[in-house]
Amino acid sequence: MFDDFFIRALLGGIGTAIIVGPLGCFIVWRRLAYFGDTLSHSALLGVALALLFEINITVAVFITSLVVAFSLFLLQKRRNLSSDTLLGMLAHSSIALELVVLAFMSWVRVDLLGFLFGDILSITKTDVFLIWFGGIIVLAMLVKIWRPLFAATVSPEIAKAEELAPDYTNILFMIMMALVIAISMKIVGVMLITALLIIPAAAARSFSRSPEQMALLAILFGILAVSFGLFGSLQFDTPAGPSIIVSALLLFIVSILPNLFSSQEKSTEIKNTKIRSR
Amino acid sequence: MPQETKKLIELQNAGVFRSGGWLVRGISMSVNAGEIITLIGPNGSGKSTTAMMALGLIKTDEGSTFRRPNLRVGYVPQKLSIDWTLPLTVRRFISLTKNIPANDIDFALSLTDTSHLAKKELRTLSGGELQRVLVARAIALSPEFLVLDEPVQGVDFNGEARLYSLIEETRKRLNCGILLISHDLHMVMSATDQVICLNGHICCSGSPEVVTSSSEFRTLFGDKVASTLALYQHKHNHEHALDGSIKSAPKDKSLIKTSSEDTNSRDGKETSHV
Repeated sequence: MFDDFFIRALLGGIGTAIIVGPLGCFIVWRRLAYFGDTLSHSALLGVALALLFEINITVAVFITSLVVAFSLFLLQKRRNLSSDTLLGMLAHSSIALELVVLAFMSWVRVDLLGFLFGDILSITKTDVFLIWFGGIIVLAMLVKIWRPLFAATVSPEIAKAEELAPDYTNILFMIMMALVIAISMKIVGVMLITALLIIPAAAARSFSRSPEQMALLAILFGILAVSFGLFGSLQFDTPAGPSIIVSALLLFIVSILPNLFSSQEKSTEIKNTKIRSR
Repeated sequence: MPQETKKLIELQNAGVFRSGGWLVRGISMSVNAGEIITLIGPNGSGKSTTAMMALGLIKTDEGSTFRRPNLRVGYVPQKLSIDWTLPLTVRRFISLTKNIPANDIDFALSLTDTSHLAKKELRTLSGGELQRVLVARAIALSPEFLVLDEPVQGVDFNGEARLYSLIEETRKRLNCGILLISHDLHMVMSATDQVICLNGHICCSGSPEVVTSSSEFRTLFGDKVASTLALYQHKHNHEHALDGSIKSAPKDKSLIKTSSEDTNSRDGKETSHV
């Protein structure tokens, strides 16, 4: 069964969706949508450094993501610049750095697009294993720090005053993010990771009554997006990664439809009552 | 020594320095179990900063802080903004930092008249409702040290009085130490053991009667407010610049209480209204 490239792609994609669903919820709750972006862009710098020092790409990506995440953490604590300014700065300077580093290595030819979109169809058995094994570790960590991490998301002040050590959990969260990007980037690509982080979580919001419910729904929507996307790409002969993102987007649009209609009804109700009261 | 074991937190000559100036400086205070300490002072006088020092939320740049190890803390922050993306019901919010039995959640909500909100999402609450829920959450933790940063902001008139009596009841029920930041001077008069009047430094402190009648308090809050509360007064021994720093050196070395007749003759216009 594992010999079929399509099955491997499906397993790898679903594995990624399961890991990034809950993490993506935290990214959305903390208004860090740009953070995932920045981390994955810095991952490209990791690729360049790996080629420069001839070390393992996954290790290099993990270390670079970690360094970028920590510098963001420290810069945020000083509160001199707003988060989005910092994130924009880090994202673009790490991409620029990568291109400069690559330019110095004229002997290296690297396919940047490959790392941006990944190639989920060329995924190997080892890759699938790596995703599921790493994913289980990350999810176990997440379950363990769920309460303090969620409390720190709602209010860092309350979390700290009530002895939940938000700094410590925030650092763990960043390590987890760096780990996920390092594991899955080579396989599914930078764009797909960020898209899978944010879109399923955003789609899950309309149907959720509790944070845990939203995390589980985000996983479900991620799995659906990966499956629809891959089957769609097979059916219509479209590129696999982008097809997954497109199907995630379609899911999101469907998810906000009921809300759109109900709020429209409400506003017409209000108009009607206003007219009646006149 | 029983005195020592009762002490929950203590600040000694503590201060916070930020971007070229002292937010607060020279703060010495302590909160014991079963005690209500109230911080009052104008905007920007360092009330929240002082509370945050006591909680260990910000490091002091000067002086020392003590907090009893493993102190169970309940905190009502001044602000809480809930993002639209957070699906969080009131009930779930109560057990944010600790698992709390369902009965205790119901009890805490009933204390703040918010039982009907239990299943609502936090972001749909009004300012006053959110404030009541924040107080309910802090009380539900059965804290040993309760810090309330302007707990009644946006709460309606009746609710305000009820919240204040709830704070008093909570002190009795849990025998917890309470640090309260308040603008409501009438509350200061009724339940507080000690009032600390801040303006970048401790301006004056003592029992509510002493503080409301002091001339430092009058200068900060205006004679009219003070004279509706004051029983007797003493002379101001220093003057403030606008940032709260002390402008002139103390004229009198000690605080001298003057008789009420003296007061009337000096502030005749204001007190005659009373």
